[in-house]
Amino acid sequence: MMPEQFWKILEITIMLALLIPIAATLVWVERRMIGIWQDRHGPNRVGPFGILQSLADLLKILGKEDWIPPFSDKIVFVLAPVIGAVCVLMSFAVVPFSPSIGVSDLNIGILFFLAMASLSVYSVVLAGWASNSKYAMLGGMRAAAQTVSYEVFMGLSVMGVVLLTGTFNLREIVLAQTDGWLIQSQFLGFFIFLVAGIAESHRLPFDLPEAETELTAGFHTEYSGLKFALFFLGEYLSVTLISAMSVVLFFGGWLMPAPLDTWLPPLVWFIIKIMGFVMFFILLRTSLPRPRFDQLLAFGWKVMLPLALFNLLVTAALKLSGVL
Amino acid sequence: MPNVDLKESKDWQMDSDISIIDEITTLSSDLNLTAVTAVENIVDDICTFWVDKNQLVQLMQVVRHDLTHPFDMCFDLTAIDETERQHKAAHLQDFTVSYHLRSYERNIDIRIKVGLSSADKHLESICAFWSNANWYEREVWDMFGIVFDNHPYLTRILMPQTWQGHPLLKTHPARATEMEPFTLPPYQQDKEQAALQFDPEAWGMKRQDDNNDFMFLNLGPNHPSVHGAFRIVLQMDGEEIVDCVPDIGYHHRGAEKMGERQSWHSYIPYTDRIDNLGGVMNNFTYVMAVEKLAGITVPDRAKVIRIMTSEMFRILSHLLFYGTFAQDLGALSPIFYMFIDREKLFGIIEAFTGARMHPSWFRIGGIAQDLPKGWEVLVRDYVNYLPKRLDEYEKMVMKNSILKARTIDIGAYSTQEAIEWGVTGPGLRATGYSWDLRKQRPYSGYDQFDFEVPTGNKGDCYDRCRVRIEEMRQSIRIIEQCLNNMPEGPYKAEHPQTTPPVKSKTMQDIDSLIPHFINVSWGPTIPAGEVFMSVEATKGIMGYHLISDGSTMSYRTRIRTPSFPHLQMLPLISKGQMVADLIATLGSVDYVMADVDR
Repeated sequence: MMPEQFWKILEITIMLALLIPIAATLVWVERRMIGIWQDRHGPNRVGPFGILQSLADLLKILGKEDWIPPFSDKIVFVLAPVIGAVCVLMSFAVVPFSPSIGVSDLNIGILFFLAMASLSVYSVVLAGWASNSKYAMLGGMRAAAQTVSYEVFMGLSVMGVVLLTGTFNLREIVLAQTDGWLIQSQFLGFFIFLVAGIAESHRLPFDLPEAETELTAGFHTEYSGLKFALFFLGEYLSVTLISAMSVVLFFGGWLMPAPLDTWLPPLVWFIIKIMGFVMFFILLRTSLPRPRFDQLLAFGWKVMLPLALFNLLVTAALKLSGVL
Repeated sequence: MPNVDLKESKDWQMDSDISIIDEITTLSSDLNLTAVTAVENIVDDICTFWVDKNQLVQLMQVVRHDLTHPFDMCFDLTAIDETERQHKAAHLQDFTVSYHLRSYERNIDIRIKVGLSSADKHLESICAFWSNANWYEREVWDMFGIVFDNHPYLTRILMPQTWQGHPLLKTHPARATEMEPFTLPPYQQDKEQAALQFDPEAWGMKRQDDNNDFMFLNLGPNHPSVHGAFRIVLQMDGEEIVDCVPDIGYHHRGAEKMGERQSWHSYIPYTDRIDNLGGVMNNFTYVMAVEKLAGITVPDRAKVIRIMTSEMFRILSHLLFYGTFAQDLGALSPIFYMFIDREKLFGIIEAFTGARMHPSWFRIGGIAQDLPKGWEVLVRDYVNYLPKRLDEYEKMVMKNSILKARTIDIGAYSTQEAIEWGVTGPGLRATGYSWDLRKQRPYSGYDQFDFEVPTGNKGDCYDRCRVRIEEMRQSIRIIEQCLNNMPEGPYKAEHPQTTPPVKSKTMQDIDSLIPHFINVSWGPTIPAGEVFMSVEATKGIMGYHLISDGSTMSYRTRIRTPSFPHLQMLPLISKGQMVADLIATLGSVDYVMADVDR
């Protein structure tokens, strides 16, 4: 085997081995942070500060009966959570973590990310359908409508970035921000991307496919054990992914302005920025109620889509006139 | 802050007994109404009369439609099995059906009684006059086996569909030891499961129309947003609700039956668990009814302490409502902040009573103990603390635009509909109708307190929440007045039937010692009679209708709870809603299943 290929495979293995525990730790971080924001403790008993809570949960989940409901479509039922987790993990292949780390410098990086985001809808829709349960089906229906709508302008919102940098390659997009982050000119695009990202990862306030108080658990009502854990993993990985993509597209990836960049290694800066976004996601969950299904769709089509188009139009006009 | 002087206080009196009967007979002269007799000893001031079962519909037509200010609300409907009654009026038959009607314009109630014999337990349904009579009649059929002819769908409501017998009959055993041991063999379990299957045709629902197949979604009895064991079957077209059928009874504990085998005193802890968020508010209604029946006057200090603790429980209940309402809409944090506020208040309740949610602290004739030393400091701290927190929640919850979009104009009903369906309390006031029992019919000294009755104007989910928030502020005002004007004196009445009697006397006086001995051994004997008392409880008007047969136990305990009619009107307000709206509506109605099923 060629040494480069060997190193690549090693890199992928390390990345997978790190991403999954990171997602698990994120569950604990979220629970502790929500605890703090809600004037209570959160899980603080297992290990120092409760950091081993996720491990304990994982062990418990592994010990559960791997139950497939007799009324479900068994193959699809098992496949659905796998699709979800795989799609999100695949997306990480195009994320440039630092000048030297990153699985692939695909020259259609953004398109690959969008494609994987679209594919991950199948996970939720198929789970809802295969469960053969009414709550799961309602959840699946909501997920399909929500994700299809919000995908449209998620794609449109990053086109401003593509226009300005002239590339779909994520590493080149980061390098193009050496003189200044794209948030300066693409704040509207960033806002739309973030909202769409929350909807894609169905987190509160856009957690309608699961909507605990309405649909009990929505599309994963019938799931338990390891398959449920995969959904859980997929959700937290996609929170990390959306945060990473926001950083790459709008906040200069691993880059930092002049005096700061020498203080810490680029990878650390990248992780710090991601954590900032993850905290924002968690804070959103503690503070906002959930809109109704039709209100969510109306907001998407009537507000976000025109805004995304407007952003693209103005960016194009400014680019042509040479202002940007 | 005005001074509260309970010596000036007068309980509200319902007047014009005779004129109502006169008014009715003038309009319809062939009606044969019989006045109550002295044997019945009805001590409340509700005008009561008997009518022959064949003239019931004719009378109801007059009362509901023909009178100038008609009786627009069916407040309660219940029955009494008279077969074991000792103190019997001559006209008493085997069963009595009692209709409790209310006219808001006149601000008076009437009670109409119909006698039935065991041989012919049939009576005409009055659902055509009051929509909410539907569930009440089903309950009476379920409990007594009285058949209401022309009822839309007379079926069991509180007991399981497979139940045999009618539990509130005197012949039905009240204790497990009087029955065979309970078993649930597999074939029986299958039968019970099958009985829970929803049958749309039985409810007159279609499985499909020209374009769609409807989906029947079983929401509950275990669902995060139904606040207890409550099932509601939705007929849905996509996510839109076409129709729904609420199914109650999963929380039925036979509280009314238990009233017939507990002494007057030992029933108090059971009342706590009727509205399980209302705490002493439940005791309040019950002990007031018993006191009225026994003719016990409560000392002023006890009255003020009762008001103060009841208002505390109103705050406790409303805070829980506020938090869960926000949580049902997806806002996860407010409930945690509100639980901290509740915890502080429970600390005060604990200092007063030694218990938290269910103190069972009121006694016939007063309260269990005097307030602890230093109680003023605790209460004053809380009075200063809560309003600031409410201001914060205002920003966090009520001003949130997503929450507004979810609740404004959702689940709205008019004042007319509210009265028609027997809605009371904040749900009625949210429609803009200012009717609060504490103002309209003051009891226990409420007339001396200065507070306002908050109202809404649209009767939607948002208004129902808004009214409750303002009520908490008013409760704080009342508590502050209690704090500043707490009268000195005894905390329980010096009456032989109060439990326990004053200790100093029993040590000296044999005539006090004997009642003491009797009271603590088999409990007080309350004179034969009948009474209805109600309070403005946390969820609406809660009332106890007690019938004593001159024994140590109640002959019939009827509990009129507010949540029961509130749930009954769900199909009316949920038609055409989305599922998410229904969740908001359920949250805003603020019911407690223990209060519905009893």
